[in-house]
This record gives sequence, C-alpha cells and structure tokens, in this order.
Amino acid sequence: MTLPFAMTAPLRFAPLPLIEHATRLVFAQVVRQYPDLFDRLGEHADKRYAFVPTDLPLVFLIEPAARRISVHHKPHLPAADACMGGTFVLLLALLEGQLDGDAVFFSRSLTITGDMEAMLALRNALDDCNIDLPADIARMSGPFAPLVRRAASEIRTRALSGEAARWN
Amino acid sequence: MELICPAGTPAAFREAVDAGADAVYCGFRDETNARNFPGLNFSRDELKTAIAYARRHKVMTFVAINTFMRAGQEKLWHDAVDDAVRLGADALILADFGLMAYTAERHPQQRLHVSVQASASNADAVKFLVETFGAKRVVLPRILTIPDVARLARQISCEIEVFVFGGLCVMAEGRCSLSSYATGKSPNMNGVCSPASHVRYREDGSELVSELGDYTINRFPAGEAAGYPTLCKGRFDIAEERGYAFEDPVSLDVMDHIDALRDAGVGALKIEGRQRGKAYVAEVVSVMRRAVAADATERPALLSRLRRLSEGQKTTSGAYEKRWR
Repeated sequence: MTLPFAMTAPLRFAPLPLIEHATRLVFAQVVRQYPDLFDRLGEHADKRYAFVPTDLPLVFLIEPAARRISVHHKPHLPAADACMGGTFVLLLALLEGQLDGDAVFFSRSLTITGDMEAMLALRNALDDCNIDLPADIARMSGPFAPLVRRAASEIRTRALSGEAARWN
Repeated sequence: MELICPAGTPAAFREAVDAGADAVYCGFRDETNARNFPGLNFSRDELKTAIAYARRHKVMTFVAINTFMRAGQEKLWHDAVDDAVRLGADALILADFGLMAYTAERHPQQRLHVSVQASASNADAVKFLVETFGAKRVVLPRILTIPDVARLARQISCEIEVFVFGGLCVMAEGRCSLSSYATGKSPNMNGVCSPASHVRYREDGSELVSELGDYTINRFPAGEAAGYPTLCKGRFDIAEERGYAFEDPVSLDVMDHIDALRDAGVGALKIEGRQRGKAYVAEVVSVMRRAVAADATERPALLSRLRRLSEGQKTTSGAYEKRWR
C-alpha cells in the first residue's frame, strides 16, 4: 500500500526536529522492549542502515551500536553502509516480520543496495524479535493505551490487507 | 506423512511448531550447517529452549550438521554433534561420512538422518550408510523422478524424506562448486552458497543488476520477478542467445504429487527455507499442513497462494517430473 499524497504532504513542511523527536520516542520504546534486538548483528552492529520509504519525503538512518535513529529530508541521503527502499507500510511490515523479505524482494517491491551481508543480518535480527508496533506505541500512551492499541492494530490490518505474501 | 519444516531463528521455529510441523530442522550459528548466513541460526541456549518448546507440542527437532569437516578443524563439527545430542535433538542430519562415523561410535543411540548434501541417490549408497552408520532416514537429492524414488524405496530399508517445496539446487547437491568458483566459499564447506558478503544489487536504468563477486549474475528488466544471486540461476550469453544455462530462477513445488510420493514409499515431506523469514515459515507450513490433509482436488487452490512466495514467483516440479531424459 502506498500512502496517499494528502497524508504525506504535511511531512514536507513539518519541522524535522519534531518528526525526529517522535521517531526517537518510538525507536527508544522498541529498543527498551526488545533489548536483544541487535544481538544477532555481531560485527554488523557498527554499520549504518538507511531506510528510504518511497512514499514519504523522509529517510531514516539507524545506527545500532549507538542505539540511535535520525531522520533526514529527501533528497538529502545520509551516508549509509546499506540501504533498503520500499513503501512505508512495507518497511514497517518487514520491521514486524509480517512479510517475508525474500518474497517482497523477488516481487521487486523492495530494493536493497550496499552491504548486503549487513542488511541480511539486520533482517534476520528483526525477524527473530516479535516486534508489535501497535502494542509498543500503546505502552507509551498512558491511560489511552487500549484505545491507541486498537486504533493502531486496525490501521495495520487495513494497510496490510492488500499486501502479497502476508503472514497469517 | 511427516511434514519437516525449516527454522532459521527461534521465532521461525515457534511459528513452524504452531503452524503444524511434525518436525522442525535447524542448525547452529557456525560453519557446521549449510545455511550459515549472517544473523541466522541458533546458539546452544536457543536450541535448548527450542527443543523444549517443540517437545511441549509433541514436535520433533532435527539438527542439521550437514557441511563437510575441514582437516585439522574437526572439533567444530564434533562439538556440534556432542552438543546437539546433549540438548536432546531427535535426529541429526549429517552429510560427512567421517562425522557419521563419529556420531555412530560416540552416540550409538542417536538417530541419524542422511542429509541431501550427502548425495545418496542410489540403493548401494543408501545401503552402505544404513549398514555402516545405522542411518534411519535418507533425504534424497532432488535429481530423481517419482518412479525412480519408488524403485529405490523397494531396495532400501530406511525411511525416505524428500523436498517438496522451496529453493532448488542444481543437480549436484553436496558437490556443487559454483559458489566456490565465484567467491571462494561454498555451501558444502562453509555453509554459504553465494555469501551475502559477495553479493551486490544495483539499479542500472530500469534494470535490477545482481552481482556475485566479480561476476554479473543477472539483469532483471522492470517488472520481471527477481531471483537469488547464485551462478546456477544466472543468465548467460551462449552463442547468439541469452538465457538460463543451468536453471531458471524458480522454486520447487511438487505438492500436486503428494499421493504419488506416498505411494512411492516417501514417509516425510521437507520444506526448504531456513534462510527465509518467519512469515514464510508460518504461511508455507500452515498451507502444507492443510494440503497434506486435503483431497487431491482441493490442493491446487490451496497451493496457488504459495507461488508468490517463491523465487522468481514461479514454481517447477523439477526432476520429479523429468521430461528431458
């Protein structure tokens, strides 16, 4: 699923520090929830991984060793060892292990450039963690947690309904 | 018939168990198994936990120690066998005759399966492994037709397991040197076919170019499904033509022939894909479970959904339906 322009357009004008702050909150929550997340990376933990959503004006850079994520506006691409590109929903689905990475790569919905070994290690590390973004975001929402979780789960279900090779 | 399912991570292992596997096969995080990819496979502690999880669900765990030992470094493989036995593996999947001998001598009660990597494809070879090392099961190389399998089954005394779905190798399993030629590393010795460290994908105009070491493997035009960057699936210039010299980028699927395989004497159906994600494992195992139980007329509809998970998004029955001989 490609995000509609009307949904992504405000991100072109939103202050980058604001977007980055929100992203870092979610990233910190995921790292806190899955402390073993990057253990499988081994020597690849020092690498820099860029994620380029094709339907967003943003690029996300993850540095596992520093437990850091940064956000950049396109067309500026930060220096990275490995780069993965696809729709935002597809990238989130891969983060959660909802889709099989090889299958979406075969379908040409996903592009990977740079250090293939590093990206493969990260893919396998993510796949072994049962990341559940609706649940993780809900944990940050205090008394609104049940509501946030239900809403986020519903959005995920709808977003993935058209994706091929969806996990049962 | 048993359904033997792959797991490259503990999460995939649990998915396989939950989706209906009779046995899950996996390997250690080193060169002793033929899927030695970055970020994949099991530590000793992870295997212990996985075996306990499988036992609670009455599912078996097979440990693949199916590469060939290097002279002077046998300890790595011996330790893998000792640890897998100690942790309670229901069977070891072995390819190296020396390692089979070690296992039979040190752990005579341990159930031993002959890996597809051992290339035991005729009655004499299988009988030798059964009589010499006490092998209880052979995983047949993907080079035989179903009538070949039936003829072999009548001549041997051990159980037969065959691959029915997933990645497909050229017909020299356990002896293929294509990856070694291009990268210096092989599935047989290092557990890696076309190691990711030597793989590059790049966009060239509208084409996706795959490279392995110094070789361009393939150029996929826009819209064409991609495949793995292995030499055997490469597109070559031969005389005036450009095409696939060894095999097309397709996956194996012979689930349409389950009944024929059962009649031929096959007792276990194996799914390839330890390098795949848990989404693949969950989907393929659950569909296969239903397909094995389903009537033959219902299977095509069930199995058609798996094609999109396949390499090149196409499938073949491979040598099981050999038409070129």
